[in-house]
Amino acid sequence: MTEAHHHHDDHHHHPELGWWRKYVFSTDHKVIGVQYTVTALLFLLFGFTLVMIMRWQLAYPGKPIPLIGGLLGKTLANDGTLLPEGYNALGAMHGTIMVFLGIVPLIVGGFGNYVMPLQIGAPDMAFPKLNMASYWVYFCGGMVMLLSFFAPGGAANSGWTSYAPLSVVATQGQTWWLFGMVLLITSSLLGSINFIVTIIQLRAKGLDFFKLPFFVWSQFVTAFLLLLAFPPLEAAGALQLMDRLAGTSFFMPEGLVVSGIVQPYTGGGSPLLWQHLFWFLAHPEVYVLILPAMGMVAEVIANNTRKPLWGYRLMVYSVIFLGFMSFIVWAHHMFITGMGTRISAFFATTTMIISIPSVIILTALVISLYRSSIRYNVPMLFALAFLPMFAIGGLTGLPLGLPAADIQLHDTYYVIGHFHYVVAPGTIFAAFAGIYHWYPKVTGRTMNPALGKIHFVLSFIFINVVFMPMFFQGMAGVSRRLFDQTFYQHGLDVQGWTQLSSWGAWMLGLSQVPFIMNFFMSLRAGRKVSDNPWEATTLEWAAPSPPPHGNFATVPVVYRGPYEYSVPGQKKDFFPQHLAKAEA
Amino acid sequence: MAGAHADISKHKRAYYAVFAALAVLTVVTVAVAQFHFSDVGNVAVALAIAAFKASLVAAIFMHLKWEKAPSIWWALAICGIFFIALLALPVLTNSDNPPQVQHTMWDVRAGAAPAAHTSH
Amino acid sequence: MSVAVLPHTVKPHPITGVYSGKLGIWLFLASEVMLFGALFSSYVLLRVGAPAEGPAAWPSHADTHLSWKIGGINTLVLIISSVTMVMAWAELKMNNFTKGRWYLAATLALALTFIVVKLAFEYIPKFQHGLLPSTNNFFALYFTMTGLHGLHVLGGVIVIAWFLLPGSGLWHKDPEYFTNRIECTGLYWHFVDLVWIFLFPVMYLL
Repeated sequence: MTEAHHHHDDHHHHPELGWWRKYVFSTDHKVIGVQYTVTALLFLLFGFTLVMIMRWQLAYPGKPIPLIGGLLGKTLANDGTLLPEGYNALGAMHGTIMVFLGIVPLIVGGFGNYVMPLQIGAPDMAFPKLNMASYWVYFCGGMVMLLSFFAPGGAANSGWTSYAPLSVVATQGQTWWLFGMVLLITSSLLGSINFIVTIIQLRAKGLDFFKLPFFVWSQFVTAFLLLLAFPPLEAAGALQLMDRLAGTSFFMPEGLVVSGIVQPYTGGGSPLLWQHLFWFLAHPEVYVLILPAMGMVAEVIANNTRKPLWGYRLMVYSVIFLGFMSFIVWAHHMFITGMGTRISAFFATTTMIISIPSVIILTALVISLYRSSIRYNVPMLFALAFLPMFAIGGLTGLPLGLPAADIQLHDTYYVIGHFHYVVAPGTIFAAFAGIYHWYPKVTGRTMNPALGKIHFVLSFIFINVVFMPMFFQGMAGVSRRLFDQTFYQHGLDVQGWTQLSSWGAWMLGLSQVPFIMNFFMSLRAGRKVSDNPWEATTLEWAAPSPPPHGNFATVPVVYRGPYEYSVPGQKKDFFPQHLAKAEA
Repeated sequence: MAGAHADISKHKRAYYAVFAALAVLTVVTVAVAQFHFSDVGNVAVALAIAAFKASLVAAIFMHLKWEKAPSIWWALAICGIFFIALLALPVLTNSDNPPQVQHTMWDVRAGAAPAAHTSH
Repeated sequence: MSVAVLPHTVKPHPITGVYSGKLGIWLFLASEVMLFGALFSSYVLLRVGAPAEGPAAWPSHADTHLSWKIGGINTLVLIISSVTMVMAWAELKMNNFTKGRWYLAATLALALTFIVVKLAFEYIPKFQHGLLPSTNNFFALYFTMTGLHGLHVLGGVIVIAWFLLPGSGLWHKDPEYFTNRIECTGLYWHFVDLVWIFLFPVMYLL
């Protein structure tokens, strides 16, 4: 937005926003996107720190934690040695923070907010004030979660799934957790309405649905998942709050005995009800974690193979089908709760069906590589690594979707290995690809490629060292929530793998140092680049870097599909969506 | 503008008619509930009347009768499907388990409670 | 602070046929359907799974002590408030600001009536008689579901009061924008009525 234009539209207001309105309480989707990204990255680092502490206890049970052991509070550790309750709290908060405060806000709130309106040629989101509210409600939810560590009895310690009745009789931290979740749910509700309305209402002229970049499609489907799957968890949270605060028995059986004491609940409730309502959210949530990642990887792959994506329409239909199916597979998390065989067969079938569109998308991305001259830059390395990593995560999920195999593997380290392959080297690698890819758009400078490659190689090696051993532990039958697996002989047998996994985690932590340095140093020292350094075709590269408030100097008009690379007969190997004619 | 005014006047008549229908149906649903047909019968009648009243509100007061925007209809259709899944699937969970299994699954009585788990 | 002028905030989008706010409120209502849907689903699961006897058994109709008369009166109050709400929109649409405002004020009065009846004749006497959410799962569901519905009524009261007093200045700046906002408020308000239409038979009659 130029000054002249500004005065023209809106002469009542002072043209310069104050510092607070510009950088803190901003309604600009780009500022909010950056706020989300930075906050979410900090939460990812925090959540990762929690698990690095847990890994010490797992590798060297009962030994004092070096360096930071003394800093942990009384609810977590005693003389630097982790307490079982502390271990449980760290585990519950690691899951909660990574999923609800780290990854979703990063790939939806951060990337979605920043990139999506640019990719559809919109001046901003449809409801800018709602967008700001969404960030600040998320921020408050995060603060409630952090403060819960100081609650009497420490933070929530009933697992990130908060299964009843354990969570109902748990310490006060669980109440904080529930209030935090209500805020986080409200935030994603506001965000998802905004995303859907923006994509439907504010697309640039000529930008039909089938000319949208795949990333926008993934955000569109994701927003529907957030919109319709989160409210049941909000309801469940309200019911659990009633159980904890008003003494109701929604999830409480009659005559429950805890540590020899009969609990004062009337009873008649159903612990399974919590699981149903929780997984009605949490299974679509899994796709919230992965669909935007697929979208980012698709953008990076199309750009760096210099070819159109293979099977773009097929990918779009697959992502819609994935979103749809994700609502009716949830009870595959509940096979060992004693569900009837008929309903188990139903959920096993839907689970097998939902793997098909995932495989289609992955296959389309692999075929897109075929016979292309790949540019191996840093974002592309991360995107390429995503493909096999996500494949391992996805394929190891199939046995868990079949009741017969799941009974063996349920709640073992195999499950931990499975979903971490999906979200850690899957989604987080995709997010790294996105950060390296869009950094020049946000700052006008590139990140250092040498540091980026060091970051990639080290992360790729150590993330596999962390998660691959978990499959072996899980197959050996080690349960996922054990404080000290060496207590059991079958756990002692695979303790070597546990230690390897722990060392992998700490090395993975060190491997992020080049990234953190690169992220901040490139703000000043990065190479200055043009508006379209990657020679990409989608609309965000038609805006200046960084884009001003209002985004585009002239309102873009779209003439063609999103991935017109290497069009035969053209002089340049990319043909941007907004150009009527090819540049000479 | 004149056309729009005429439309609204027609709408107003529809609003009053719907109000009358809702008021009458409220009385009917209370009256019917005083009789006992069967457990399923009473639920079916009460929910059928409620569903009819709700659809009147949605069609006339919420203007769905005149709503042409496909995006709204798509959103409602998707929501409707998942709403049915949310209502139907949890209650079917134990549909083919023998009754005693259904009952004991979460009805752990004091005497039958398993020994407190000693976590290490 | 609208630096960039967003299109389709007031006039409908020529292709999609709606202005952004209306689509937004419908999406919000879709999420509300899932919120109340989860609670109704919980009701079904808990009622079907309730033990046949003992303190946790489902109470008989007489033991619930809910009066269909009070519930029925509140049902009528909400239905009338829905009519006045939609009339407020119709009058604004026909450029009758004063009449529209009176209808809006009537809606507000009826909404407050609903809350007062709910508290004074139902919640407070129930608490005084020791019928609490913890009494059994029927009362747990009754208080949670009608309580959440009541919070929605309260939300409606706040929004309607806003547009009745401080927010009404928008009419003088942009009548169409103001009418649109009343339409969105109305959509929400009718949904609150619609939920009550299901809650009334489920809680008071079945």
